[in-house]
Amino acid sequence: MELLRKTNIDFIGMRKISFVISGIVALIGIIGIIQIGRGAANMGIDFSGGTSMQLKFAQPVTTEAARNALSKGGVKEVELQEITDGNQLLVKMQKSTAQSADNVQAILKQGLPANPFTVESSTEIGPSIGEKLKQDTLVAVALSMLGIILYIAWRFDFKFGVAAVVATMHDVLAIIAVFYVMDKEVNILLITAVLTIAGYSLTDTVVVFDRIRENMHKSLKDPLSVVFNRSINEVLSRTIITSVTTFMAAISLFLFGGEVIHDFAFALVVGVLVATYSSVFVASPIVALWEKSPVETKAA
Amino acid sequence: MTKGYTWRISLIVIFIIASFVYLTPTLMTTLPSWWSGVLPKDKIHLGLDLQGGTHLVMEVETQKAVEGSLDLIATDLEDVLTEQTLRFKRIGRLGGDKVQVTMYDRGSADAAQALIKKKYPDLEFLPIFDEGGFVNLQLRINEKEAQVRKDRAVAQALETIRNRIDQFGVSEPIIQREGINNIVVQLPGIKDPKRAIELIGKTARLEFKLVDESVNAATASTTGLPEDDELLFEKRTDPATGAVSETPIVVKKKAIITGDLLTDAQIRIDSQYNQPYVAIDFNSTGARLFDQVTAANVGKRFAIVLDNNVYSAPVIRERISGGSAQISGSFTEKEAADLAIVLRAGSLPAPVKILQNVTVGPSLGKESIQKGLMAGLIGVALVIIFMGIYYKLSGMVANLGMVLNILFLMGALAALGATLTLPGIAAIVLLVGISVDANVLIFERIREELRLGKTPHAALDAGYDKAFLTIMDSHVTALITAAVLFQFGTGPVKGFAVSLSLGIIINLFTSLVATKVLFDAFLDRVHVKRLSI
Repeated sequence: MELLRKTNIDFIGMRKISFVISGIVALIGIIGIIQIGRGAANMGIDFSGGTSMQLKFAQPVTTEAARNALSKGGVKEVELQEITDGNQLLVKMQKSTAQSADNVQAILKQGLPANPFTVESSTEIGPSIGEKLKQDTLVAVALSMLGIILYIAWRFDFKFGVAAVVATMHDVLAIIAVFYVMDKEVNILLITAVLTIAGYSLTDTVVVFDRIRENMHKSLKDPLSVVFNRSINEVLSRTIITSVTTFMAAISLFLFGGEVIHDFAFALVVGVLVATYSSVFVASPIVALWEKSPVETKAA
Repeated sequence: MTKGYTWRISLIVIFIIASFVYLTPTLMTTLPSWWSGVLPKDKIHLGLDLQGGTHLVMEVETQKAVEGSLDLIATDLEDVLTEQTLRFKRIGRLGGDKVQVTMYDRGSADAAQALIKKKYPDLEFLPIFDEGGFVNLQLRINEKEAQVRKDRAVAQALETIRNRIDQFGVSEPIIQREGINNIVVQLPGIKDPKRAIELIGKTARLEFKLVDESVNAATASTTGLPEDDELLFEKRTDPATGAVSETPIVVKKKAIITGDLLTDAQIRIDSQYNQPYVAIDFNSTGARLFDQVTAANVGKRFAIVLDNNVYSAPVIRERISGGSAQISGSFTEKEAADLAIVLRAGSLPAPVKILQNVTVGPSLGKESIQKGLMAGLIGVALVIIFMGIYYKLSGMVANLGMVLNILFLMGALAALGATLTLPGIAAIVLLVGISVDANVLIFERIREELRLGKTPHAALDAGYDKAFLTIMDSHVTALITAAVLFQFGTGPVKGFAVSLSLGIIINLFTSLVATKVLFDAFLDRVHVKRLSI
């Protein structure tokens, strides 16, 4: 079976539209990162410090009832979230207002005496740990980006390296933009997902670059944009098939993997889509633009 | 490429057998009796997020350890100077790094300095100075010496905590130092995390102090006390109502006997009142001291102080010379048992602060495994069906490669005794997608070659050859990020990185060697005109 036989799509010619879209997404992503840096986004307590717990009640519980019970016990600033299956409640407190998990559980026990609960999980994190994690994360991201630039620069050349990193950064920003806009929690699992997608996106980009390089050696006469377009079209079916299989794996994690990795899997799903887009519409046009003047590339 | 697939096939077979051998301890709850010493017993450990348990990061407050040792030096100097009949006004710790000796005249200060220099050569002496008619002598512990003490404090705390956990009884705990001042403790499958944390985090500094009856404790405040006294509280919990009452008690600051003179501590039940208590035994020094103090203070009260809480303050009725005593208070049997454990294991050299406490209940862990496996199976099934339809027989070869990939990865995880976390399961599922990618690259190449009119075998070889570099490139870049994740991640994230990097390496083998040999073997034996791809 074949989905695509011989395609001849002018990807490089579409760069104006794609650059605008990518620019907007990246901008939102940058705003998201600034907000995360300021601590204004929905931060997980692993970065901000604080207390969170997951409680499983015997009967259905509303966030209203829980909030009332907590505020009677003196716990005011608390984020509550119901988990759809199994009468569960997520309780989250940031470091400044955090009480110990034991305290909160005692208050809830008193406030909701008719509805006993068990503690599914509880996490208490001191602010110093969060600070360290933040630093470690920044170092990790910087190191992996550096490693990638060096490798690609060595295997291809500097322009390809930069374009690959720009495309990868684009994907990272896009995932963060989605999480920021949807107000999903920024935690260490998201960072893991982001780095994984960075690796995946790079794989996609490298495959396209490989073909471009091969075709550049083969046909020296054709204008660059023709070579680029031909290369992208040649590997297009591979790009799509791989995305489909990886997407299948990610989506089954998202749908069936359970509450704990729900957001993590969501980031992967978004990432697979964005990475596929960026290898075609972001990475290659950057190199094409850089190699030749815009007028000539347009001639295709 | 037609020759030499015997070694390739044997390699694959060896890997398959090895994987199953390494996986046996993981898959079977009880190993058969003939499973002897040579065969592996390591299994894939489940992370705390999958089996439930508690993960603690604790900081040892090492500055307190330095202060504690300065306090000890001060006490020792009091004894030394008294012995040498050098009169002093006061000896005490000053700030976090000094001991100050206040003397009446210059001459005795000089004599004291010479004496101290001999006994504590590591201490720095600040110039002697006069103040308000007294002469002050200051000793400072230098940075390096302080660092040594801090370091030792963390090492000691680690040992003590390990001891306590061993006696508490937790299977497969992980207790290790992290960074300079931190200790990481993992207690898998623990039922009562609260109790364990109390047990581990208790400083357990046991002291016996004389009660100062000359001061009225009920009206005493911390400011108006004599200089060598301190105000402590005795907490009592009413077993019926649960109400806590606090009784103030004024004691001498100086501890007569401390917990390090103990040899044993055991829980006992009082036969008369059916109340638990902790029976303690002193070593010979402790026994002698106890004998002397009780003989000299009959009729006075002796406070038993643990971490600045008075447990009880019984009246000394007679001289006690057996070298044993008992600590009674209002505690439950469990509390008494835990107290005995911490006293036996020894006190922490400095208090610890809990920085991070992650506790996962066993039911959540169980649910996570089930859902993770479910998601994995569905993902695998989807991919297998898709590849079968899209690439037909060749797709099934790719599927076989993917299954081998998962099998090898599980075998490798078992061989390394690695820890599987929920993100680790996610990595395996993700790997399913990545695993077929290499084959997709190859197959697409083969299709291109076939379109150019090459024979099946020639197209196959060209496809593998041309895809090789691309596959290497893409795997190396993926490996870079996985390695960074491994280096920086902790717990669940590390589990993810381990599964992912191992999977990437294994995938290189299965996609470049394992699937190729299947094609080769098939095309050599059967003459095909058209490749099912």
